[in-house]
Amino acid sequence: MTQLESPTATGLHTVGVTVNGQPRSAEVEARLLLAHFLRQTLGLTGTHIGCDTTSCGACCVLVDGTPVKSCTMLAVQADGKQITTVEGLAAGAELHPIQQAFHEEHGLQCGFCTPGMMLTSVALLEDNPSPTDEEIRFALSGQICRCTGYQNIVNAVQSAATTMREA
Amino acid sequence: MYPSRFAYFAPTSVEEVVATLGEHEGAKVMAGGQSLIPVLKLRVASIDAVVDINNVGGLDGFHQDGDTLRIGALVRHADAERSPLLTKRYGLLGATARLVADPLVRNRGTVCGSLAHADPQGDWGSAMLAARGSVVAHGAKGERVIAVDDLALGPFSTTLEPDEVITEVRVPDPGPRTGGTYLKLERKVGDFATAAVAVQVTLDNGNVGQAGIGLTGVGATNLRATAAEDLLRGNEPTDDVIREAAALAAQAAEPGSDNRGTADYKRNVVRVYCERGLRTAISAAQAGEE
Repeated sequence: MTQLESPTATGLHTVGVTVNGQPRSAEVEARLLLAHFLRQTLGLTGTHIGCDTTSCGACCVLVDGTPVKSCTMLAVQADGKQITTVEGLAAGAELHPIQQAFHEEHGLQCGFCTPGMMLTSVALLEDNPSPTDEEIRFALSGQICRCTGYQNIVNAVQSAATTMREA
Repeated sequence: MYPSRFAYFAPTSVEEVVATLGEHEGAKVMAGGQSLIPVLKLRVASIDAVVDINNVGGLDGFHQDGDTLRIGALVRHADAERSPLLTKRYGLLGATARLVADPLVRNRGTVCGSLAHADPQGDWGSAMLAARGSVVAHGAKGERVIAVDDLALGPFSTTLEPDEVITEVRVPDPGPRTGGTYLKLERKVGDFATAAVAVQVTLDNGNVGQAGIGLTGVGATNLRATAAEDLLRGNEPTDDVIREAAALAAQAAEPGSDNRGTADYKRNVVRVYCERGLRTAISAAQAGEE
């Protein structure tokens, strides 16, 4: 591999992000993925890495409100952005309506896909407060659940939608 | 999985992008990164430098300039999916956007990045063949326009020079009496296509004025079904003509057998999807007739 001289290129890069409302910054290698930055650099292990090949959506986080696969984005690309992870959903001891709904509707079994499912659902409900079941399934179609099955997840999103509309 | 180390540059202008590409042999442009990052993680490829264009201004919009629709290099698949512009005469493009990968990938990945990646499984390559698009490439020698037909050389290989970056794709306005669609068979959302067909038809006094047909996943590049287009052009789109064109499109496919299906099966999918796509496109074109 060619060794490049430029210190700005090969050295560490400063990443400054707002994660769940808190400003965080760190010096990182360009090759560090956002998922690893969140889990290992910041210790926020609620973001799960499933397939690690851009297929399962378990690692989904919100970047400026948009759901993305954090295993397929470089941490340096998040510089200056607002990140929401599953840790940012609850307000203290009070669960976010989507969390409450996943709990009540049995929207999870093993829970591995749940953080990503919930974050995509939050973004969906922001855009579309009254989605049809089909719209929910379409929005979640980039994410894989291997145990609960999707029906209870759809039920949970509908339940959260109702709660959030009435709030 | 980690990519191997690379130098990282995030310039803010096209000129800087071109200069950075020129200064670093083996550098690669990254837009959405939805193909490049997996490739680097799996270490299918290793590159010395990434030139991230996400901070370059002015590349993120759609512009209608006279008879040309221009789609900037930072337009994400999701932007295309939601654009009110990509309906009716540009319905092929809207239909394609909705079927690229999955919704999360569509939030990052870009139309132009897909063309530059030149994956024969790429959806935009076929759509842009059918829509007769061309890309604008900026390099050290200036700007040039490359027809999408002349872009891909083979899997992941293009006629772009190492110091060139695609800044936009241009789509000619096909006129009001145009319909189009994209039909894709995939085992699951986000999987590569078993086969897919892009179709665009413009009617002229009830006959086919212009027809575009692009095929995905059935060759070393996205393929244009030239014989099928030639048959349609100038003819009344009767059932017989549509069926014959679909058969010619199937003949143009060069599929291989793999775990998504046999070559014969994929050729048959092309035939059926081409026929269906043509019927949908023609109906839409007739509805658009003024």
